[in-house]
Amino acid sequence: MTLAIDPATAVFAVDHSRCIGCRACVQACAECDTHRGVSMIHLDTVDRAASTQTIPQVCMHCEDPTCAEVCPADAIKQNEDGVVQSSLKPRCIACSNCVYACPFGIPKMVTEYEQMMKCDMCYDRTSEGLKPMCASVCPSEALWYGTREEFERTRRGTLVRDWQFGNQDVRTKVAIVADEPGPVDIYIGKKSGHWLDDPFALETSR
Amino acid sequence: MDPRVTPAARTADVFLGLRPGTDLAVLSAIFRVLVERDWLDHDFIAAHSNGFDEAAAAVSGATLAWAERVSGVPAARIEQAAELWGTSATGMLLHARGIEHHTKGVDNVLACINLGLATGKYGKPGCGVNTITGQGNGQGGREHGHKCDQLPGNRDITNPEHREHVASVWGCDESEIPGKGLTAQEIMDAIGAGEIKGLLSICFNPLVSLPDANFTRAALDSLEFYAAIDFFMSETAHHADVVLAGSLHEEDEGTVTTLEGRVVKINAAVTPPGNARRDWEIICDLADRLGRHQYFPYSSTEEMFEELRRASAGGSADYAGITWQRVVDEQGVFWPCPEEGHPGTPRLFEGGRFFHPDGKARFIPTPWRESAEVPDDEYPVYLTTGRVISQYLSGTQTRRIGALVDQYPEPLCEMHPRLASDLGIADGDVVRVESRRGEMTLPAKVVETIRPDTVFIPYHWPGDKAANILTHRDIDPISGIPEFKISAVRVSKADGRGDVRDDRDLTLHGDDR
Repeated sequence: MTLAIDPATAVFAVDHSRCIGCRACVQACAECDTHRGVSMIHLDTVDRAASTQTIPQVCMHCEDPTCAEVCPADAIKQNEDGVVQSSLKPRCIACSNCVYACPFGIPKMVTEYEQMMKCDMCYDRTSEGLKPMCASVCPSEALWYGTREEFERTRRGTLVRDWQFGNQDVRTKVAIVADEPGPVDIYIGKKSGHWLDDPFALETSR
Repeated sequence: MDPRVTPAARTADVFLGLRPGTDLAVLSAIFRVLVERDWLDHDFIAAHSNGFDEAAAAVSGATLAWAERVSGVPAARIEQAAELWGTSATGMLLHARGIEHHTKGVDNVLACINLGLATGKYGKPGCGVNTITGQGNGQGGREHGHKCDQLPGNRDITNPEHREHVASVWGCDESEIPGKGLTAQEIMDAIGAGEIKGLLSICFNPLVSLPDANFTRAALDSLEFYAAIDFFMSETAHHADVVLAGSLHEEDEGTVTTLEGRVVKINAAVTPPGNARRDWEIICDLADRLGRHQYFPYSSTEEMFEELRRASAGGSADYAGITWQRVVDEQGVFWPCPEEGHPGTPRLFEGGRFFHPDGKARFIPTPWRESAEVPDDEYPVYLTTGRVISQYLSGTQTRRIGALVDQYPEPLCEMHPRLASDLGIADGDVVRVESRRGEMTLPAKVVETIRPDTVFIPYHWPGDKAANILTHRDIDPISGIPEFKISAVRVSKADGRGDVRDDRDLTLHGDDR
């Protein structure tokens, strides 16, 4: 069977600049049948006092997942498409090692179930060629899922999948969209010369 | 263009952070730059429009320096916006309530249309000037008589030919069709003046959604008879003598028309619970009791749509060729669609053909004027009202949904740190906001994303949390829309600390269920 979007080669891209903070992804994630009522996506407000910037954070699905490496019970598995799954319930001992180790802050210890749960890229859907719930509802396509050919045809920017956290190099299946190729400075601060430095021209009017 | 850096504005190349109510000054200055720099589509203007010279003359005084003084936006930024618009081969100008909820809202929109016409950005791919509607059927309603100066098919209730056509479809005498009625705010004003004594409303919550809520409350109490059709017991329905339980759109079927003029099907997902009924069945029963059954003989929504096809035929929003089956089979059909073999019209104004009798568009001059109430010594701060993403309209539906309430449980007063510092207010302090109509207290949310001369309060809540306690009832003379976007207020620190929980902040700490 040929899938509309093959999860092994699909592009899952997150473009932070496009996020409008509407939380449609959070609501859609919570509607998934495999974890109904519990959303696995994080939607972070960076600094509301200074900006309306929000950041949707799905599991980045690392090639060598730190969460799985630190799991003492071998409860976190990666499948042949490179998708890192939620912990296996019979194995998970609710130790939260993965929660502390993940460089992206993804896993959640759901104390009610005594189990770590996380975004599994909607594997029930993506394994059948469908988009993950979040990407299927995102109105500004900050969360985008499709084929590489479609990305190149319809989107601008460069896909970035390599990360450096201190001495740790991480390569992820999920990409973020950057303006240009090369290293990305993820510090979100004032950009010199950009209107966002002074949106209401207060400095010039003083 | 916005007094606040909204999430969409954050992504802009050029941001015009203007003083509330000065959109027209900025738009006029942009038009003037287009003329001065000759960033005009002369062929389009000559072949497909009238009135360019008059409209251009009306902005001859709108220099960049003047616009900067009026709007507070640096002249260089206005010029940059003009250059982007004037030199781009394609471009869309999108607006919503932000420029419409003004006493000069119609002029603001006309000024946008002038910019589109001057550069020929109509009837081509990637071009257009659009008002994004606030509701799923905002477009469809305004085409067929939601507003009581209209008749189906974009027709005018004062036009004798239009009246004759619709009377022939309805099978009544032309004289039985009433004359031009009042707009929503005019209705409330007439109730307050004792000129209207009875009211039947459908899904109408003016205690939250109309300005000057204290006036609205007194007006509702003065009605001799009030019947409300609504799906939930809204704050306004509490003032009714009779409440008829209506339906949500999930409980009914029919069509809506999108902003792009596409007629799409809505299917019922569930049936109304208990004694609740579909709104149109209630209306038909009322007509029956009033002895007018012959004009309301419908037993299905499809029958009503069939009548709408005939009533709209020949009008500019022509649905004649749009059958119920086509709407389903073709994933919606675009009007005008005058006959069944017609493919519909996905893009309006192609080839520069407009709906005026001569086929040409019209420039309308839009001279500058001030808003109805601007800050003074007594009330020195602009108040602008608007929405938050988790609430919808007057909140009758969304204030009942826990996950949405959690995101933004109560109104907050957004203000810039500079204003907050001048007033001795810290983030989370309870502040008193007073206008000539009334006052409210609510927590302050101190953010750099709003102008220092302006505060913002979202309007979705009732009672003492209603931002519309503060707003005034002046309306646009043409559209009848109130000036929700500008009132003059004074702000001071009140006692106590509020809960400024904006749940989006909490997600950083892992509590984002």
